[in-house]
Amino acid sequence: MFRGLALGSGGFVVALIAAIGIFLLLQALPSLQANQVSFLTSGEWTTGDPNDMRFGILYLLWVTVATAAFALVLAMPVALGIALFLTQYAPRALARVFAYIIDLLAAVPSIIFGLWGLQVLGPALVPTAEWLNTNLGWFPLFSDGNVSIRGGGTIFTAGIVLAVMILPIITAITREIFERTPKDQIEGALALGATRWEVIRTTVLPFGRAGYVSGSMLGLGRALGETVALYLILSGASGRAPELSLFDGDATIASKIANDAAEFNNEISAGAYIAAGLVLFVLTFVVNALARWITTSRTGK
Amino acid sequence: MAKRIDVKDLNIYYGKFHAVENVTLSVPPRSVTAFIGPSGCGKSTVLRSLNRMHEVIPGARVDGSVLLDGADIYGAGVDPVEVRRTIGMVFQRPNPFPTMSIRDNVVAGLRLAGTKNRQQLDEVCERSLRGANLWEEVKDRLNKPGGGLSGGQQQRLCIARAIAVQPDVLLMDEPCSALDPISTLAIEDLITELKQDFTIVIVTHNMQQAARVSDQTAFFNLHGVGQPGRLVEIDETSRIFSNPSQRATEDYISGRFG
Amino acid sequence: MSTELELERPAQPPSFQGISTGRKAKNLAATVMVSLCFVVAVIPLVWVLWTVASRGMESLLRADWWSHSLSGVRANEDLGGAYHAIYGTIAQGLVTAVIAVPIGILVGIYLVEYGAGTRFARVTTFTVDILTGVPSIVAALFVYSVWISIFGFSRSAFANCLALLLLMIPMVVRSTEEMLRVVPNELREASYALGIPKWKTIVKVVIPTALSGIVTGVMLGVARIMGETAPALILMAYSARINMDIFEGSMANLPLLMVKEFTNPEAAGFNRTWGAALTLILIIMLFNLAATLVSRLSAVKTK
Ligand SMILES: Nc1ncnc2c1ncn2[C@@H]1O[C@H](COP(=O)(O)OP(=O)(O)O)[C@@H](O)[C@H]1O
Ligand SMILES: [Mg+2]
Repeated sequence: MFRGLALGSGGFVVALIAAIGIFLLLQALPSLQANQVSFLTSGEWTTGDPNDMRFGILYLLWVTVATAAFALVLAMPVALGIALFLTQYAPRALARVFAYIIDLLAAVPSIIFGLWGLQVLGPALVPTAEWLNTNLGWFPLFSDGNVSIRGGGTIFTAGIVLAVMILPIITAITREIFERTPKDQIEGALALGATRWEVIRTTVLPFGRAGYVSGSMLGLGRALGETVALYLILSGASGRAPELSLFDGDATIASKIANDAAEFNNEISAGAYIAAGLVLFVLTFVVNALARWITTSRTGK
Repeated sequence: MAKRIDVKDLNIYYGKFHAVENVTLSVPPRSVTAFIGPSGCGKSTVLRSLNRMHEVIPGARVDGSVLLDGADIYGAGVDPVEVRRTIGMVFQRPNPFPTMSIRDNVVAGLRLAGTKNRQQLDEVCERSLRGANLWEEVKDRLNKPGGGLSGGQQQRLCIARAIAVQPDVLLMDEPCSALDPISTLAIEDLITELKQDFTIVIVTHNMQQAARVSDQTAFFNLHGVGQPGRLVEIDETSRIFSNPSQRATEDYISGRFG
Repeated sequence: MSTELELERPAQPPSFQGISTGRKAKNLAATVMVSLCFVVAVIPLVWVLWTVASRGMESLLRADWWSHSLSGVRANEDLGGAYHAIYGTIAQGLVTAVIAVPIGILVGIYLVEYGAGTRFARVTTFTVDILTGVPSIVAALFVYSVWISIFGFSRSAFANCLALLLLMIPMVVRSTEEMLRVVPNELREASYALGIPKWKTIVKVVIPTALSGIVTGVMLGVARIMGETAPALILMAYSARINMDIFEGSMANLPLLMVKEFTNPEAAGFNRTWGAALTLILIIMLFNLAATLVSRLSAVKTK
């Protein structure tokens, strides 16, 4: 009886993941059929009229990936540094307190990060953003984007906020694996007269690399799916498609869905967003499965 | 190159636990000194305090002095990294770096020291592997991972790695306890050869081994559970094994211990 | 035997083989960089918390904040409170927990006690990992397509709870799994030796031993989902008045209140938004603190 119950619950969870994929697909199909443009290659998004649906994922996907990638580029080195600091440098008595402080970052809800990004960090970053745009504007990343730099609703701001948000995720996993570096290897390096940094380079980093990459993938997955912070921060674009600039804006898949939730009054319109959600689901699924695959295949656990 | 070690009134603590009490001994250069004694009596602890390796353990603390040719390794301003660079160590369990090839393992210390010259690295690699009696066995697979060797070969690889940086002293903590008899013999022969160039201190469980390889032997003992370990006596190996001055030593040597 | 040798020795060379200044500099640089990374992470944390505390304090100091809703209060009036949203946040959090906890614990039990090593357990573990990574907005869309589109229910706080459920179950599974794994096997064997059947052993011996850890995990999970906003945007409608019924009608929670009020240009809107933010953080802290306390107290007990 009890065994059956436990097994059933396991089955329920497995069924749940399958159900998510299947039901999203079911609800998206009618809208995809009604779509007048190509879903995968178009960037247009007009879904108000069920008889004239024109929606494509391209720009949303691009902004989603660009924001998450930018956040990852910022967060990865810092998270690595923090993980090393917590496991190799901080005095043992303080390491736990320090680790707790980093974990606190994960406890702050994303809506609060979003508000802070919108009202505090965004404005504070404007001078930097303008300086980059003025002086390094020839470089595509810093060229003029499709939203106002002064407004702050750019990938630049959003990426920085996202980086802060995924920092504790990457750090937690990296720290855990760094802590497991075999003692005898560390001692072996020390006995050769290695400095603390050299010990890290010869033992901790090679041992923890897979965990670090996997933690970063999980952070990436989190960044791709983050909704409300980006919903608050990113401002709507003035028409031009996003290109390579960090000063582009508009919306990610998730923030677009949240933004237009009020439009969900007929099934066909809602289906367009569900189709977008399905893309996000697949994307995060792949990233998370990859992260898991890296941990299992590399650490042999 | 080889240097002498003088230990004076050494006390070692793990936090509040007094692990070793009042050890005083001298190790002349180019000789092998063996530490013997029942397990838990502090042999490893003393050995690790000779190159400040105990500092890795939180709460471990040392009182007293350890002089390397007269210079206190615990002196103010002495960098433990330089101490370990000068006094190398081989551990109980072979610990080659698993991600590195055999060659990279051997020259790891030199690489750290900044040697980039490929030819020089190759020379040192060959010299150290020959020194560790491993060259003939691995010369055709220097680029294979060190983890693929047998236990005895791995341990000799670790010895090669330790001597490649040309330390003055080599500390060995039961280097053969994880090895089969053949590998053990190979390492014992090696120790006798290494004595030409290095000052060697070896901890061993195996009294025959101490008798075979060492010039002088130090016997450590424990007066009771929770009591600190002590150095009972240190003397020429032949004397310790034939005619020790302490009753406890004799009991231990003859197996009448317990 | 080496006494002559010593006498022949020339004046002392330096006793220790030095390491180069370059290496020392690199080591120092690494230490500085790594410590800087930590500081870099602390800055936004302090900045965010300071922003929330300083901007939200004013609202929290008004007694009405804790006892009144915003029903009938105009956008520019610094009146009323967040009672409706506080109620909503806590009620939704608890309802979600009440459903998620038994499911999550059962899955955890299955993985550790029954399925260990089987193929299906591996699939389940993988699924739980994937579920952990499902974005909240996707969970919301899923509930929307099943609960609202197909079953035809209307938007409600309960629909929000269903989405939060998807986010919370994997957290409960994880902490249950982790805690069950540290229960020593001797305990189980001792119980079997007494002829107690497996299910009874699990219920009477294993779970109680792991309970405090599971409770800690559950509290942390609740703290996490209470800050979720995306599902609420899609699955429920905001109400400025108090609604106790999570199945019917619109209802508030703190994140929704913030989303509603941050576009309010009046000073009152600013106060409400940040007041709600501070309240939310305080509630989350409270749950986190309670979780730590539970694990501390029981840690003392097991000693
Ligand atoms: N890391 C440690 N922390 C606390 N106590 C230790 C540690 N290592 C060794 N000890 C204690 O110090 C004493 C001596 O240990 P050790 O030097 O390892 O003995 P031996 O090598 O002679 O077997 C033992 O009582 C042991 O329990
Ligand atoms: Mg020992």
